[in-house]
Amino acid sequence: MALEELYREVILDHYRNPRNRVELDAPTAHADGNNPLCGDEVHLDLIVADGIVTDIAVTGQGCSISQSSASMMSDAIKGKTLADVNDLTAKFKAMMDIDANGDAGIDPDRPGAMLGDLEALQGVRKFPVRIKCANLAWTTLQEALGN
Amino acid sequence: MNDLGNVRADFPILERKINGKRLAFLDSAASSQKPVQVLDAMDRVYRTRYANVHRGAYTLSQEATDDYEAARRKVTRFINADDDEIIFTRSTTSALNMVAYSLGLNGLGEGDRILTTVMEHHANIVPWQMVARYTGAEVIYADIDSGHRVATEAVTEMIDERVKIVSISGMSNVLGSMPAISEIAAAAHAAGAVMIVDAAQLVPHAPVDVKALGADFLAFSSHKMLGPTGVGVLWGRRDRLEEMEPIEGGGEMISDVTLDGSTWAPVPHKFEAGTPPFVEAIGLGAAVDYLSELGMDRVFAHDRELTAYALDRLGEIPDLYVQGPADVHNRGGAVSFSMPDIHAHDLATILDQEGVQVRAGHHCAKPLMRRLDVPATARASFYIYSVREDVDALIDAIHVARKIFGV
Ligand SMILES: Cc1ncc(COP(=O)(O)O)c(C=O)c1O
Repeated sequence: MALEELYREVILDHYRNPRNRVELDAPTAHADGNNPLCGDEVHLDLIVADGIVTDIAVTGQGCSISQSSASMMSDAIKGKTLADVNDLTAKFKAMMDIDANGDAGIDPDRPGAMLGDLEALQGVRKFPVRIKCANLAWTTLQEALGN
Repeated sequence: MNDLGNVRADFPILERKINGKRLAFLDSAASSQKPVQVLDAMDRVYRTRYANVHRGAYTLSQEATDDYEAARRKVTRFINADDDEIIFTRSTTSALNMVAYSLGLNGLGEGDRILTTVMEHHANIVPWQMVARYTGAEVIYADIDSGHRVATEAVTEMIDERVKIVSISGMSNVLGSMPAISEIAAAAHAAGAVMIVDAAQLVPHAPVDVKALGADFLAFSSHKMLGPTGVGVLWGRRDRLEEMEPIEGGGEMISDVTLDGSTWAPVPHKFEAGTPPFVEAIGLGAAVDYLSELGMDRVFAHDRELTAYALDRLGEIPDLYVQGPADVHNRGGAVSFSMPDIHAHDLATILDQEGVQVRAGHHCAKPLMRRLDVPATARASFYIYSVREDVDALIDAIHVARKIFGV
């Protein structure tokens, strides 16, 4: 049933135990994201050195989808080069884009392949009103990184 | 069947299945469903009596005009107003903006205050903030008490000679609380202030007699009281309307127009610029007939009975907090609640899979959410077609959510 695909155990785990929920001393990049419609909030602090995201802190509040997406994202991009981060962001957004399937080399049966834990969020595709919740952290990340 | 009779049979949408489940529509505070009587009334105009109103001396225009003005009289009687006191607007929001701008831009200035409360809908906060920005006046807010009601003294003790406008909701769309409007209106008038009531929830759900209420203006929306979208009502006391300036100019609202200037039509038409939503107003007239036939005392009692039942059953659920008065005294049928381990959006998604339609979010009352210190609430709300089965479906679905979230 669709609900079980939406609320996978990994998602609930990241929601209950969000990763990288810390404070950074000297962040080099920052952005605040919020969904005016539903009130979800994601705040990001990043340290980017020599083209690498060396550290990230996430705070915020909201539903399990917005907060677990932010938590998984923070795990996935820590230690990655900006090029890899951009690549991951594009892949994630493509997974969430219900119109663009089949394009961009995405396997329609497994649009989240190559995303690791983040693939768990593909159940959100069946709940279009929740897609913006899943995307919030990533849009905020793009803003923090200035693209 | 429920205590109001076989009303459910008049609402075709209630037969729908949602995600394969029985529809439990619990979002009537946002907008109500429509009975066939309202749909038929509008259909009849479009099919047989349609032409623009107040335009031509020809049969169709005259018939449409007659129906439109008959709808105005129905609304007039429904709230015990006097003739020519009903202005058709687009919604509660546009009605409140109309009074806010007209009174604000023709009288408010530096040092003046507009008094409202922290529990208001954005429609009764933002227009005042905008007017304050233009005029230098200040908006001040009465607080709710620990029981989530607005105590009369909390408002009246803030009224002094600086307060020129008091604008308060007659029934909160989040908490259900019903402030004592007539007592507050008396205090406002004693201080020379104008009393405005956001009655978007009050008029659909409780008997309203504007003479007994003692306010100067009242705003409400058709779509929350069985009528169509696109039309709302501003009631104003005749003398207030006479002295009030229109803020929208255009066709239909004038007495004469020359290149040097214009004069206004008599009330209420001076406030109805352009082609009004007259078919919608006629639909609202049919809605008012429907509600009048049921009797608003019975409508209120029905909501109250279901609210009491919902409060009771929600009380059985551990870790669930009702935001709003815990009993039905001076309370309408909007029941907001939050669960610390399950966000309101997750709850709404899961409930939806069970056919239960509730609103989750800030309900256009962000200052109240901050005051309650919750990011969002889920809200169940009732109307004449609601039954205990809907509440039971809600409770069962909440248990499904608890299971998924392991609480
Ligand atoms: C208390 C209250 N005020 C104002 C409004 C605004 O009504 P509308 O959107 O019909 O203008 C609403 C409805 O959401 C409401 O519940």
